[in-house]
Amino acid sequence: MTAQFIIDAAFIVATLLFIYGLKRMSSPVTARSGIVVAGVGMVVAVLVAFLYIADVNPKAEPFLKTNIILGVVALAVGLGWAWWSGKKVEMTAMPQMVALYNGMGGGAAAAIAAIELFGHKAHGNIILVMAVLGGIIGAVSLSGSLIAWGKLDGRINGTWRFPGLQAVNGLILLTILGIGAWTVYQGGAVGPELIAAFFVLSLVYGVMMAMPIGGADMPVVISLFNAFTGLAVGFEGYVIGNPALMVAGMVVGSAGTLLTLLMAKAMNRSVSNVLFSNFGASGEEGQG
Amino acid sequence: MDATTAITGFVALYIFMLAAFTGYEIIGRVPAILHTPLMSGSNFIHGIVVVGAMWALFNASSTLEQAIGFFGVLLGAGNAAGGYVVTERMLEMFKPSDKKKG
Repeated sequence: MTAQFIIDAAFIVATLLFIYGLKRMSSPVTARSGIVVAGVGMVVAVLVAFLYIADVNPKAEPFLKTNIILGVVALAVGLGWAWWSGKKVEMTAMPQMVALYNGMGGGAAAAIAAIELFGHKAHGNIILVMAVLGGIIGAVSLSGSLIAWGKLDGRINGTWRFPGLQAVNGLILLTILGIGAWTVYQGGAVGPELIAAFFVLSLVYGVMMAMPIGGADMPVVISLFNAFTGLAVGFEGYVIGNPALMVAGMVVGSAGTLLTLLMAKAMNRSVSNVLFSNFGASGEEGQG
Repeated sequence: MDATTAITGFVALYIFMLAAFTGYEIIGRVPAILHTPLMSGSNFIHGIVVVGAMWALFNASSTLEQAIGFFGVLLGAGNAAGGYVVTERMLEMFKPSDKKKG
Protein backbone atom coordinates (compact mmCIF):
# COMPACT_ATOMS: atom_id res chain seq x y z
CA MET A 1 0.00 0.00 0.00
CA THR A 2 2.75 2.43 0.87
CA ALA A 3 4.64 1.45 -2.27
CA GLN A 4 1.51 2.17 -4.27
CA PHE A 5 1.15 5.55 -2.56
CA ILE A 6 4.73 6.54 -3.42
CA ILE A 7 4.19 5.39 -7.01
CA ASP A 8 0.98 7.39 -7.37
CA ALA A 9 2.49 10.52 -5.80
CA ALA A 10 5.64 10.32 -7.95
CA PHE A 11 3.59 9.87 -11.13
CA ILE A 12 1.55 13.00 -10.34
CA VAL A 13 4.81 14.94 -10.00
CA ALA A 14 6.16 13.41 -13.24
CA THR A 15 2.97 14.29 -15.13
CA LEU A 16 3.12 17.87 -13.86
CA LEU A 17 6.76 18.16 -14.96
CA PHE A 18 5.88 16.78 -18.43
CA ILE A 19 3.13 19.33 -19.00
CA TYR A 20 5.18 22.20 -17.60
CA GLY A 21 8.18 21.11 -19.65
CA LEU A 22 6.13 20.94 -22.84
CA LYS A 23 4.74 24.39 -22.08
CA ARG A 24 8.27 25.79 -21.74
CA MET A 25 9.29 24.06 -24.98
CA SER A 26 6.61 25.94 -26.90
CA SER A 27 8.49 29.27 -26.63
CA PRO A 28 11.97 29.82 -28.12
CA VAL A 29 13.23 31.65 -25.01
CA THR A 30 12.42 28.90 -22.51
CA ALA A 31 12.59 25.88 -24.84
CA ARG A 32 15.97 24.60 -23.68
CA SER A 33 14.97 24.43 -20.04
CA GLY A 34 11.69 22.75 -21.01
CA ILE A 35 13.30 19.51 -22.13
CA VAL A 36 15.35 19.37 -18.91
CA VAL A 37 12.19 19.80 -16.79
CA ALA A 38 10.47 16.99 -18.71
CA GLY A 39 13.63 14.88 -18.44
CA VAL A 40 13.59 15.15 -14.64
CA GLY A 41 9.99 13.94 -14.71
CA MET A 42 10.99 10.92 -16.78
CA VAL A 43 13.85 9.97 -14.44
CA VAL A 44 11.51 10.18 -11.43
CA ALA A 45 8.89 8.03 -13.17
CA VAL A 46 11.31 5.32 -14.30
CA LEU A 47 13.06 5.05 -10.90
CA VAL A 48 9.77 4.85 -9.03
CA ALA A 49 8.43 2.24 -11.49
CA PHE A 50 10.80 -0.27 -9.85
CA LEU A 51 8.51 -0.14 -6.80
CA TYR A 52 6.01 -2.12 -8.90
CA ILE A 53 8.07 -5.13 -7.83
CA ALA A 54 6.57 -4.85 -4.36
CA ASP A 55 3.08 -5.63 -5.54
CA VAL A 56 2.89 -8.00 -8.51
CA ASN A 57 0.11 -10.32 -9.48
CA PRO A 58 0.38 -13.66 -7.57
CA LYS A 59 0.69 -15.66 -10.82
CA ALA A 60 3.82 -13.67 -11.70
CA GLU A 61 5.59 -14.28 -8.35
CA PRO A 62 7.64 -17.30 -9.53
CA PHE A 63 8.77 -15.33 -12.59
CA LEU A 64 9.62 -12.16 -10.71
CA LYS A 65 13.37 -12.66 -10.40
CA THR A 66 13.79 -13.31 -14.14
CA ASN A 67 11.42 -10.44 -14.92
CA ILE A 68 13.50 -7.99 -12.89
CA ILE A 69 16.71 -9.09 -14.61
CA LEU A 70 15.03 -8.85 -18.01
CA GLY A 71 13.70 -5.41 -17.13
CA VAL A 72 17.07 -4.05 -16.01
CA VAL A 73 18.83 -5.48 -19.08
CA ALA A 74 16.19 -4.12 -21.45
CA LEU A 75 16.34 -0.68 -19.80
CA ALA A 76 20.14 -0.57 -19.90
CA VAL A 77 20.37 -1.72 -23.52
CA GLY A 78 17.53 0.53 -24.70
CA LEU A 79 18.80 3.62 -22.87
CA GLY A 80 22.42 3.00 -23.79
CA TRP A 81 21.81 2.34 -27.47
CA ALA A 82 19.40 5.27 -27.91
CA TRP A 83 21.64 7.68 -26.00
CA TRP A 84 24.66 6.69 -28.08
CA SER A 85 22.81 6.79 -31.42
CA GLY A 86 21.17 10.11 -30.56
CA LYS A 87 24.51 11.71 -29.66
CA LYS A 88 26.47 10.60 -32.70
CA VAL A 89 23.86 11.23 -35.39
CA GLU A 90 24.42 14.12 -37.81
CA MET A 91 22.38 17.25 -37.18
CA THR A 92 20.78 16.87 -40.62
CA ALA A 93 19.66 13.34 -39.82
CA MET A 94 17.58 14.38 -36.81
CA PRO A 95 14.08 13.98 -38.33
CA GLN A 96 14.57 10.32 -39.14
CA MET A 97 15.90 9.65 -35.64
CA VAL A 98 12.72 11.20 -34.23
CA ALA A 99 10.78 8.80 -36.48
CA LEU A 100 12.84 5.84 -35.26
CA TYR A 101 12.41 6.65 -31.56
CA ASN A 102 8.75 7.39 -32.10
CA GLY A 103 8.26 4.02 -33.76
CA MET A 104 9.92 2.39 -30.75
CA GLY A 105 7.40 4.09 -28.46
CA GLY A 106 4.56 2.81 -30.64
CA GLY A 107 6.06 -0.66 -30.44
CA ALA A 108 6.21 -0.45 -26.65
CA ALA A 109 2.52 0.51 -26.52
CA ALA A 110 1.69 -2.38 -28.87
CA ALA A 111 3.75 -4.71 -26.64
CA ILE A 112 1.65 -3.75 -23.61
CA ALA A 113 -1.50 -4.47 -25.65
CA ALA A 114 -0.01 -7.80 -26.80
CA ILE A 115 0.72 -8.93 -23.24
CA GLU A 116 -2.78 -8.01 -22.09
CA LEU A 117 -4.44 -9.76 -25.06
CA PHE A 118 -2.23 -12.87 -25.33
CA GLY A 119 -2.32 -13.34 -21.56
CA HIS A 120 -6.11 -12.81 -21.43
CA LYS A 121 -5.50 -10.22 -18.74
CA ALA A 122 -7.79 -7.53 -20.08
CA HIS A 123 -11.35 -7.85 -18.83
CA GLY A 124 -14.38 -5.68 -19.38
CA ASN A 125 -15.63 -4.16 -22.61
CA ILE A 126 -14.14 -0.68 -22.26
CA ILE A 127 -10.72 -2.02 -21.26
CA LEU A 128 -10.75 -4.46 -24.19
CA VAL A 129 -11.77 -1.75 -26.66
CA MET A 130 -8.94 0.48 -25.39
CA ALA A 131 -6.43 -2.39 -25.51
CA VAL A 132 -7.42 -3.27 -29.08
CA LEU A 133 -7.41 0.34 -30.32
CA GLY A 134 -4.08 1.07 -28.61
CA GLY A 135 -2.67 -2.13 -30.11
CA ILE A 136 -3.70 -1.18 -33.66
CA ILE A 137 -2.48 2.42 -33.38
CA GLY A 138 0.77 1.43 -31.68
CA ALA A 139 1.60 -1.25 -34.25
CA VAL A 140 0.73 1.04 -37.18
CA SER A 141 2.93 3.74 -35.65
CA LEU A 142 5.80 1.26 -35.22
CA SER A 143 5.92 -0.02 -38.80
CA GLY A 144 4.92 3.32 -40.36
CA SER A 145 7.63 5.18 -38.46
CA LEU A 146 10.22 2.59 -39.47
CA ILE A 147 9.30 3.15 -43.13
CA ALA A 148 9.51 6.92 -42.59
CA TRP A 149 12.94 6.46 -40.99
CA GLY A 150 14.11 4.24 -43.85
CA LYS A 151 12.95 6.70 -46.48
CA LEU A 152 14.55 9.76 -44.89
CA ASP A 153 17.72 7.82 -44.16
CA GLY A 154 17.95 6.77 -47.82
CA ARG A 155 17.54 3.08 -47.02
CA ILE A 156 14.24 2.80 -48.86
CA ASN A 157 14.27 4.46 -52.22
CA GLY A 158 11.35 5.54 -54.31
CA THR A 159 7.72 5.12 -53.57
CA TRP A 160 5.80 1.96 -53.91
CA ARG A 161 2.24 2.01 -55.02
CA PHE A 162 -0.15 0.36 -57.41
CA PRO A 163 -3.65 1.09 -58.69
CA GLY A 164 -6.27 0.26 -56.10
CA LEU A 165 -3.86 0.73 -53.18
CA GLN A 166 -6.43 2.69 -51.21
CA ALA A 167 -8.99 -0.12 -51.68
CA VAL A 168 -6.50 -2.75 -50.49
CA ASN A 169 -5.62 -0.58 -47.49
CA GLY A 170 -9.31 -0.13 -46.68
CA LEU A 171 -9.79 -3.89 -46.81
CA ILE A 172 -6.85 -4.50 -44.48
CA LEU A 173 -8.13 -1.90 -42.03
CA LEU A 174 -11.62 -3.43 -42.08
CA THR A 175 -10.15 -6.89 -41.39
CA ILE A 176 -8.12 -5.51 -38.45
CA LEU A 177 -11.17 -3.76 -37.02
CA GLY A 178 -13.21 -6.93 -37.58
CA ILE A 179 -10.77 -9.08 -35.61
CA GLY A 180 -10.62 -6.39 -32.92
CA ALA A 181 -14.41 -6.20 -32.65
CA TRP A 182 -14.61 -10.02 -32.47
CA THR A 183 -12.00 -10.02 -29.69
CA VAL A 184 -14.03 -7.53 -27.68
CA TYR A 185 -17.26 -9.45 -28.39
CA GLN A 186 -15.67 -12.67 -27.11
CA GLY A 187 -14.53 -10.92 -23.94
CA GLY A 188 -10.88 -11.36 -24.96
CA ALA A 189 -11.18 -15.14 -25.17
CA VAL A 190 -9.81 -15.64 -28.67
CA GLY A 191 -6.99 -17.88 -29.87
CA PRO A 192 -3.38 -16.68 -30.04
CA GLU A 193 -3.26 -17.12 -33.84
CA LEU A 194 -6.10 -14.60 -34.26
CA ILE A 195 -4.35 -12.10 -31.98
CA ALA A 196 -1.09 -12.66 -33.85
CA ALA A 197 -2.89 -12.04 -37.16
CA PHE A 198 -4.35 -8.87 -35.66
CA PHE A 199 -0.92 -7.46 -34.83
CA VAL A 200 0.72 -8.60 -38.08
CA LEU A 201 -2.03 -6.98 -40.16
CA SER A 202 -1.70 -3.77 -38.12
CA LEU A 203 2.03 -3.74 -38.88
CA VAL A 204 1.31 -4.35 -42.57
CA TYR A 205 -1.18 -1.49 -42.57
CA GLY A 206 1.44 0.88 -41.19
CA VAL A 207 3.83 -0.08 -43.99
CA MET A 208 1.11 0.34 -46.64
CA MET A 209 0.20 3.73 -45.20
CA ALA A 210 3.74 5.14 -45.25
CA MET A 211 5.15 3.54 -48.41
CA PRO A 212 3.29 5.68 -50.99
CA ILE A 213 4.33 8.95 -49.33
CA GLY A 214 7.32 10.83 -50.69
CA GLY A 215 10.31 11.97 -48.68
CA ALA A 216 9.42 15.66 -48.81
CA ASP A 217 6.18 15.02 -46.95
CA MET A 218 7.72 12.79 -44.31
CA PRO A 219 8.00 15.36 -41.49
CA VAL A 220 4.22 15.80 -41.53
CA VAL A 221 3.77 12.03 -41.53
CA ILE A 222 6.25 11.57 -38.67
CA SER A 223 4.32 14.17 -36.69
CA LEU A 224 1.13 12.23 -37.41
CA PHE A 225 2.68 8.96 -36.23
CA ASN A 226 3.94 10.86 -33.17
CA ALA A 227 0.34 11.79 -32.35
CA PHE A 228 -0.64 8.15 -33.02
CA THR A 229 1.90 6.85 -30.53
CA GLY A 230 0.65 9.37 -27.97
CA LEU A 231 -2.90 8.09 -28.42
CA ALA A 232 -1.78 4.46 -28.17
CA VAL A 233 0.15 5.22 -24.97
CA GLY A 234 -2.90 6.99 -23.53
CA PHE A 235 -5.20 4.04 -24.32
CA GLU A 236 -2.79 1.45 -22.93
CA GLY A 237 -2.42 3.64 -19.84
CA TYR A 238 -6.11 3.13 -19.21
CA VAL A 239 -5.79 -0.62 -19.80
CA ILE A 240 -3.10 -1.00 -17.14
CA GLY A 241 -4.68 1.59 -14.82
CA ASN A 242 -1.90 4.17 -14.99
CA PRO A 243 -3.21 7.77 -15.10
CA ALA A 244 0.27 9.19 -15.82
CA LEU A 245 0.36 7.31 -19.14
CA MET A 246 -3.21 8.39 -19.88
CA VAL A 247 -2.48 12.09 -19.35
CA ALA A 248 0.97 12.19 -20.98
CA GLY A 249 -0.25 10.09 -23.91
CA MET A 250 -3.36 12.14 -24.53
CA VAL A 251 -1.52 15.47 -24.19
CA VAL A 252 0.91 14.27 -26.87
CA GLY A 253 -1.98 12.86 -28.89
CA SER A 254 -3.75 16.21 -29.11
CA ALA A 255 -0.62 18.38 -29.25
CA GLY A 256 0.76 16.10 -31.96
CA THR A 257 -2.45 16.26 -33.98
CA LEU A 258 -2.47 20.06 -33.82
CA LEU A 259 1.24 20.14 -34.68
CA THR A 260 0.57 17.91 -37.71
CA LEU A 261 -2.13 20.31 -38.91
CA LEU A 262 0.16 23.32 -38.36
CA MET A 263 3.04 21.68 -40.24
CA ALA A 264 0.78 20.74 -43.14
CA LYS A 265 -0.59 24.28 -43.18
CA ALA A 266 2.95 25.71 -43.25
CA MET A 267 3.45 23.69 -46.45
CA ASN A 268 0.12 24.94 -47.84
CA ARG A 269 -1.27 21.40 -47.81
CA SER A 270 -3.97 19.56 -45.98
CA VAL A 271 -3.16 16.38 -44.07
CA SER A 272 -5.44 14.23 -46.23
CA ASN A 273 -3.71 15.70 -49.28
CA VAL A 274 -0.36 14.56 -47.87
CA LEU A 275 -1.64 11.09 -47.01
CA PHE A 276 -3.75 10.23 -50.02
CA SER A 277 -2.31 12.11 -52.97
CA ASN A 278 0.88 11.17 -54.73
CA PHE A 279 2.06 14.74 -54.98
CA GLY A 280 5.08 14.67 -52.69
CA ALA A 281 6.39 11.47 -54.21
CA SER A 282 6.74 12.53 -57.78
CA GLY A 283 7.70 16.14 -57.13
CA GLU A 284 6.56 19.19 -59.03
CA GLU A 285 6.66 17.64 -62.49
CA GLY A 286 4.12 15.03 -61.44
CA GLN A 287 1.54 17.76 -61.17
CA GLY A 288 2.23 19.38 -64.49
CA MET B 1 -3.37 -1.93 -7.00
CA ASP B 2 -7.15 -1.71 -7.02
CA ALA B 3 -7.08 1.95 -6.14
CA THR B 4 -5.41 2.82 -9.43
CA THR B 5 -6.93 0.17 -11.70
CA ALA B 6 -10.47 1.17 -10.74
CA ILE B 7 -10.71 4.09 -13.15
CA THR B 8 -14.22 3.86 -14.54
CA GLY B 9 -14.97 4.58 -18.18
CA PHE B 10 -16.40 8.02 -17.47
CA VAL B 11 -13.51 9.11 -15.27
CA ALA B 12 -11.21 7.99 -18.08
CA LEU B 13 -13.21 10.13 -20.50
CA TYR B 14 -12.84 13.16 -18.21
CA ILE B 15 -9.09 12.58 -17.96
CA PHE B 16 -8.73 12.16 -21.73
CA MET B 17 -10.88 15.21 -22.44
CA LEU B 18 -8.98 17.52 -20.09
CA ALA B 19 -5.60 16.18 -21.21
CA ALA B 20 -6.55 16.72 -24.85
CA PHE B 21 -7.46 20.36 -24.14
CA THR B 22 -4.20 20.79 -22.25
CA GLY B 23 -2.18 19.53 -25.21
CA TYR B 24 -4.14 21.72 -27.61
CA GLU B 25 -3.69 24.87 -25.52
CA ILE B 26 0.03 24.31 -24.95
CA ILE B 27 0.74 24.05 -28.66
CA GLY B 28 -1.80 26.68 -29.69
CA ARG B 29 0.41 29.62 -30.66
CA VAL B 30 3.76 28.04 -31.32
CA PRO B 31 6.08 29.68 -33.90
CA ALA B 32 6.87 27.60 -36.99
CA ILE B 33 10.57 27.50 -36.07
CA LEU B 34 9.69 25.30 -33.08
CA HIS B 35 7.56 22.75 -34.97
CA THR B 36 10.27 20.12 -35.34
CA PRO B 37 11.80 20.49 -31.83
CA LEU B 38 8.33 20.36 -30.34
CA MET B 39 7.50 17.23 -32.32
CA SER B 40 10.69 15.74 -30.93
CA GLY B 41 9.87 16.96 -27.41
CA SER B 42 6.40 15.44 -27.44
CA ASN B 43 7.98 12.29 -28.86
CA PHE B 44 10.13 12.22 -25.72
CA ILE B 45 7.13 12.68 -23.44
CA HIS B 46 5.27 9.64 -24.73
CA GLY B 47 8.43 7.74 -23.82
CA ILE B 48 6.68 7.42 -20.44
CA VAL B 49 5.30 4.26 -22.06
CA VAL B 50 8.47 2.57 -20.77
CA VAL B 51 6.94 2.72 -17.28
CA GLY B 52 3.84 0.87 -18.48
CA ALA B 53 6.01 -1.71 -20.23
CA MET B 54 7.99 -2.22 -17.01
CA TRP B 55 4.74 -2.85 -15.13
CA ALA B 56 3.63 -5.34 -17.78
CA LEU B 57 7.00 -7.13 -17.72
CA PHE B 58 7.10 -7.38 -13.90
CA ASN B 59 3.63 -8.95 -14.04
CA ALA B 60 4.47 -11.34 -16.89
CA SER B 61 3.60 -14.95 -16.06
CA SER B 62 4.65 -16.91 -19.14
CA THR B 63 7.67 -17.07 -21.43
CA LEU B 64 5.75 -15.41 -24.27
CA GLU B 65 4.73 -12.51 -22.00
CA GLN B 66 8.32 -12.18 -20.76
CA ALA B 67 9.61 -12.01 -24.32
CA ILE B 68 7.05 -9.39 -25.39
CA GLY B 69 7.60 -7.45 -22.17
CA PHE B 70 11.37 -7.45 -22.69
CA PHE B 71 10.97 -5.91 -26.14
CA GLY B 72 8.37 -3.49 -24.78
CA VAL B 73 10.79 -2.15 -22.15
CA LEU B 74 13.65 -2.11 -24.65
CA LEU B 75 11.65 -0.10 -27.18
CA GLY B 76 10.16 2.21 -24.55
CA ALA B 77 13.58 2.96 -23.07
CA GLY B 78 14.85 3.74 -26.57
CA ASN B 79 11.96 6.13 -27.09
CA ALA B 80 12.63 7.98 -23.83
CA ALA B 81 16.42 8.22 -24.06
CA GLY B 82 16.59 8.87 -27.81
CA GLY B 83 13.80 11.43 -27.64
CA TYR B 84 15.61 13.32 -24.88
CA VAL B 85 19.02 13.41 -26.58
CA VAL B 86 17.66 14.43 -29.98
CA THR B 87 15.40 17.14 -28.51
CA GLU B 88 18.20 18.52 -26.40
CA ARG B 89 20.52 18.70 -29.39
CA MET B 90 17.89 20.44 -31.50
CA LEU B 91 17.20 22.99 -28.77
CA GLU B 92 20.94 23.63 -28.35
CA MET B 93 20.60 25.64 -31.54
CA PHE B 94 18.32 28.09 -29.74
CA LYS B 95 21.15 29.09 -27.43
CA PRO B 96 21.63 32.87 -27.55
CA SER B 97 24.76 33.67 -29.53
CA ASP B 98 26.21 35.91 -26.80
CA LYS B 99 26.92 33.76 -23.78
CA LYS B 100 25.20 36.17 -21.44
CA LYS B 101 21.90 34.95 -20.08
CA GLY B 102 19.23 37.08 -21.63
